[in-house]
Amino acid sequence: MKLKMIASMLGTAAVAGTMLVSGVASAEEKVGFVYVGPVGDHGWTYRHDLGRQAVEKALGDKVKTTFVESVKEGPDSERVIRQLAADGHKIIYTTSFGFMNPTLKVAKQFPNVKFEHATGYKRGENVSTYSARFYEGRYVVGKIAGKMTKTNIIGYVGSFPIPEVIRGINAVALAAKSVNPNIQIKVTWVNTWYDPGKEGDAAKALIDQGADIILQHTDSPAPLQVAESRGVWAVGQASDMGHFAPKAQLTAIIDNWDGYYVERTKAALDGTWKSQDIWGGFKSGMVQLAPYNSAIPADVVKLAEETRAAITDGSLKPFAGPFNKQDGSEAVAAGSELDDGVLLGMDWYVEGVQGKLPK
Amino acid sequence: MLLKIEKRPESSHSMVYVTPILALLLTVLTGIVLFKILGVDPIEALKNFFIVPINNQYGATELLVKATPLILCAIGLSVGFRANVWNIGAEGQLTLGAIFGGGVFIYFHDVDSVFLLPIMIVMGAIGGALWGAIPAFLKTRFNANEILTSLMLVYVALLLLSLLVHGSWKDPDGYNFPESRIFSDSATMPILLEGTRLHFGTILALLAALGTWFMLGKTLVGFQIKVIGAAPKAGSYAGFSQKKIVWFCLLFGGAMAGIAGVSEVAGPVGQLLPSISPGYGFTAIIVAFLGRLHPVGIIFAGLLMALTYLGGETAQINLGLPVAVTGVFQGMILFYLLACDVLVNYRFRLARFGKAAS
Amino acid sequence: MNGFEWFIPVILTVITAATPLVFAGIGELVTEKSGVLNLGIEGMMIVGAVAAFITATLTGNYLLAVVVAALSGAFMAFLFGILTLSLMANQVATGLALTLFGIGLSALIGQDFVGEPVQAIAKLNIGGLSDLPVIGPILFGQDPLVYLSFLMVFLVSWFLFKTKAGLILRAVGDSHDAAHSIGYSVIGIRYAAVMFGGAMSGIGGAYLSLAYTPMWAENMTAGRGWIALALIVFATWKPGLVLVGAYMFGGITILQLHAQAAGLDIPSQILSMLPYLATIVVLVVISKDESRIRKHAPACIGKIFHPAA
Repeated sequence: MKLKMIASMLGTAAVAGTMLVSGVASAEEKVGFVYVGPVGDHGWTYRHDLGRQAVEKALGDKVKTTFVESVKEGPDSERVIRQLAADGHKIIYTTSFGFMNPTLKVAKQFPNVKFEHATGYKRGENVSTYSARFYEGRYVVGKIAGKMTKTNIIGYVGSFPIPEVIRGINAVALAAKSVNPNIQIKVTWVNTWYDPGKEGDAAKALIDQGADIILQHTDSPAPLQVAESRGVWAVGQASDMGHFAPKAQLTAIIDNWDGYYVERTKAALDGTWKSQDIWGGFKSGMVQLAPYNSAIPADVVKLAEETRAAITDGSLKPFAGPFNKQDGSEAVAAGSELDDGVLLGMDWYVEGVQGKLPK
Repeated sequence: MLLKIEKRPESSHSMVYVTPILALLLTVLTGIVLFKILGVDPIEALKNFFIVPINNQYGATELLVKATPLILCAIGLSVGFRANVWNIGAEGQLTLGAIFGGGVFIYFHDVDSVFLLPIMIVMGAIGGALWGAIPAFLKTRFNANEILTSLMLVYVALLLLSLLVHGSWKDPDGYNFPESRIFSDSATMPILLEGTRLHFGTILALLAALGTWFMLGKTLVGFQIKVIGAAPKAGSYAGFSQKKIVWFCLLFGGAMAGIAGVSEVAGPVGQLLPSISPGYGFTAIIVAFLGRLHPVGIIFAGLLMALTYLGGETAQINLGLPVAVTGVFQGMILFYLLACDVLVNYRFRLARFGKAAS
Repeated sequence: MNGFEWFIPVILTVITAATPLVFAGIGELVTEKSGVLNLGIEGMMIVGAVAAFITATLTGNYLLAVVVAALSGAFMAFLFGILTLSLMANQVATGLALTLFGIGLSALIGQDFVGEPVQAIAKLNIGGLSDLPVIGPILFGQDPLVYLSFLMVFLVSWFLFKTKAGLILRAVGDSHDAAHSIGYSVIGIRYAAVMFGGAMSGIGGAYLSLAYTPMWAENMTAGRGWIALALIVFATWKPGLVLVGAYMFGGITILQLHAQAAGLDIPSQILSMLPYLATIVVLVVISKDESRIRKHAPACIGKIFHPAA
C-alpha cells in the first residue's frame, strides 16, 4: 500500500487504486448533485457530498447518484444542470447560492424534474429551496466564546460580506455580549471562500490584535491550525476539524444535509415531493455541534447545552430583542424578534462588532 | 543512430493540417492508457469527452457558447503576441468590459430601447480598452513591463467587480445577495437559435476573427505588427513607432476581451455576479498560441478547448470521472498539440553518430 | 504593549507569507536568466505541495518530503523542457498547459489525503539565541526552509554573477546563438536551469503544505505561482530584489489584514487591492531607468533556440 502511494506521487499508474467509478445504471432512478467546489475541499462541498453518499446508503439500488464538482457559478452551471435534467435525473440538488437563476431557468424547461436549490430565495412549482440556520450554532458558540475569552476580543475570519456571513457574526456578537458585556468582535474579510494561506494569515492578524478566540466563515482548517500553534481557541467550520486542532477547537458547527437529502429523494421517488422552503436548524438536524473541548469548564458546557436545548425547542430566539445596531440605534425592541425576511437580507452589524460593512 | 531535428527550408504547408490530426491520434492513444489505468472503458471515456457533448443540436450550440469568450479574448491577445506585447491580463480586461457594459444596464435598467444593447457592447469594449490602456501607458511612458502590470490589474479588476456587486450594484430586491438585477430583454444578447443559448456574441467573435484577419493581411498597422514582431530592429529602421504598436495592441486586446466580458454578462450569465469568468482570459492565452496566432486557427483552437471543458462535464455526469481527470487530460491534449507543431517548421532526421552536430 | 513587541508576530507572519514566493521566484529567475519563460510555476508548486505532503504523511521524514517535492517540481519542469527545448513548442502556452496539468494531477494523486493534518515542520530552537527578545524569534526561531530560502537567494546571486557557470548561463539567456557558436550546449544548460526552477517551485509548494498551512487541499497554491512570476519582473531579474519584492508583497498583504482587524473604515476589497497596486507603483518607479533594466533582462527570453537557426 505504501509503495503504491509513493508511486502515485510520481503520477504513474498507481492512481488507479484511488479511483472508484460507479457501474452502469439499470432501472434505478438517477439523482443529481451540482457542487461549486471540489469534493476534496473539506468544507462546504465535502459536506454536501456526504449527504449524497447518505442517499446512496439509505436508498441502495433504488437510486444512482451523479455529481459534478467545481462547477463555476455563471453560464457553466446552467449547462450542467440542464444536462443532468435532460439526462433523466429525477431530482437535482444545486448546492450553491450562485446556482439560483440557472436552476430556475432549467426548471422551467423541465417541469417533470424536481429541483432543490440550497440557500436561495426563488422557488417554483418544481423548485424547492433549503438552507440551514447556522446562526443557531453560532449563537451557542458565541456564548462559549464570551465565557472563554480573557482578552474580550473575538476574531472573525470572514469570506465575503453577504447576509449569511453577517448573520453569523451578529449571532456570535449577541450571544457573547449576553454573557460578557465588554466583548468586541474584530472581523477581517479575506475575499475568498477558500485560500488556506490567506485564511491563516487573517487569523494571525486577529490574534496579533488581541483576539484569543478565532471564529471563521471560510472553508479551510487553516485558521484552526493557526489557533492551535498560537495557543488560542477556535471553532471549526462545516466539519468537526478537531484533528487539525485538538487543543484549540472548542467545538465546530457542522453542516449536515444527510437527513434532508434522504427524505427529499424518497419523496421524489414515491411522488409525494412538493415545492417548499426549508430553513432548518438544530431541530431538523441540519446544524450540529462537534463534541465540546474537554478544556471548557463544566458550567460553560452547561450554559451551551441549555442554550442549544432552548433554541431547539423554540423557547430561545437568537435574534429576539432588545438589541441595538452597531451605531447604537435600536434594531429590535424588547418582546419582538427579527423575522426571517430581515434575517435573510441582513446587511448591518449589531453592537459590539467592529469595522464597517461596504455599502 | 541519433534522432536529429532539422529546420525545414520553409514551413510545411501540409504539416499545418497534419499536426493537429497527429496530436489527436496521440491523445487518443494516451487517453486509452490513462483511462484504462483509471479503470474506465477508454472508448466510452473518449466518446464522452469528444462526441457525446456535441452529438445533438443543443450540445453543439453550447460548444459555440463556451468558445465565444475564449475566441474573442484570444483574437485580441494574438495581435499583441505577434508584436511581442505580452498582455497576460485579458481576464482583467474582460472583467472591466463586464463592469462597463453591465454598468450601463445598472444605471439605465428601466430604459427599454433598441440602443441599450449596442451601447452596452461599445461601453464593454471601451472598458476593456481602458484597462488595457493602463499597461500601455505604463509601458510607453515609464517602461514598466506589461507582464507584471497587466497581471496585477487582473486581481484589481476582480476585486473591483466584487466591490460593486457586494455594494451599490446589488439587486435591490435580492435580499442583499451579491448579484445584480437580472438584465432586461433589451439589455440581453439576442438568441440566434430558439431553444438554445446561442447568442449574438458568437457572431461578434466571428466578426472579430474576420476583421483581424483582414487587418493583419491588408492594412498598414497589420503589416507593422508583423514586421515588428519578426524583427524589432527592422521595424524601427522602417520608421514604425514601437510605442504606437504597444498602444494599439493593448487597446485592441483590451477591447476584444471587454466585448467578451459584456457578451458573457449580457448573454448566458444574464446579470453581474461576483465572478463572471472561469479564467477565460488565461485560457485564451493557450488558445491564441494553439491557433498559431492566426484568426482561423484561433477559432478552431477555441472550439477544441471549449470541447474539452464540455467533455469534462459529460465525463463526470456519465462516468463519474472526477474533475481532476479533466485537468490532466486537458494538459495532455495541449502538450501533444504544442509538441506536434514542431513538424511545421522542422523535420526529424536520423543522423549517424560521429557526424559533427550541426 | 511597548515599543517593538507588537510587530514581532507581524514580521513572523510576513516571513511565512513571503517564503513560498521567494522559492518559486528565485527558481524562475534562474530559468528566465537562461532565456526560458516558464508560466507553469503554479502547476509545479502544487505538485510539489502534494508530493511533500504525501511523503511527510507516509514516512514522517520531512527532509525526504522536501527532496521529493523538489524532484517532483523538477520532473514537471522536465516535461516542460521536453516540449519547449527539445520540441521547440511555444513557451508561454506550454507553461499554461503545465499549470492546468499540474492542478489536475495533484488533485488526482492527493484525493486520499484531503482532510488529514500533518505536523508542521519544526522551527529552529537554538537554546538561548531563539529566546532573545525581538531578534530571537525572528532570526533564530524560523523553520529550516526559511533559512534555506535566504541561502538560495544568496547562492543564486553568487552563482549567476561570481561563477563562470553563471556567466555562461547568462550568456545563453542573452544570446543563445553566440553562446552556441562558442561551443556551449544551449539546450543542455537550459534544461538544467528549467529543472532548477521546477525544483525551487516544488520546494515553495512544500513550504505551503508543510509549514505555512500544514495540510493538503486541492488548489491550495491559490495563484501564488502567478505572483512569483510577477516578482521576477518586479525584481528586474536581480536575485536580491526577488527577496525584497516577496517581502514587500507579503508585508502589504498582512498589513491590510491588520488594518481590517483594527476596524479601518475602507472596504476590504479596496484594501485587498493594495499589494497589487503597490507592486505596479514600485515597478513603475524602478523601471524608469531603461538601460539598467536592459542590462539585467535576458534578451532571449521566450525565444526558441535551434542550433541551425
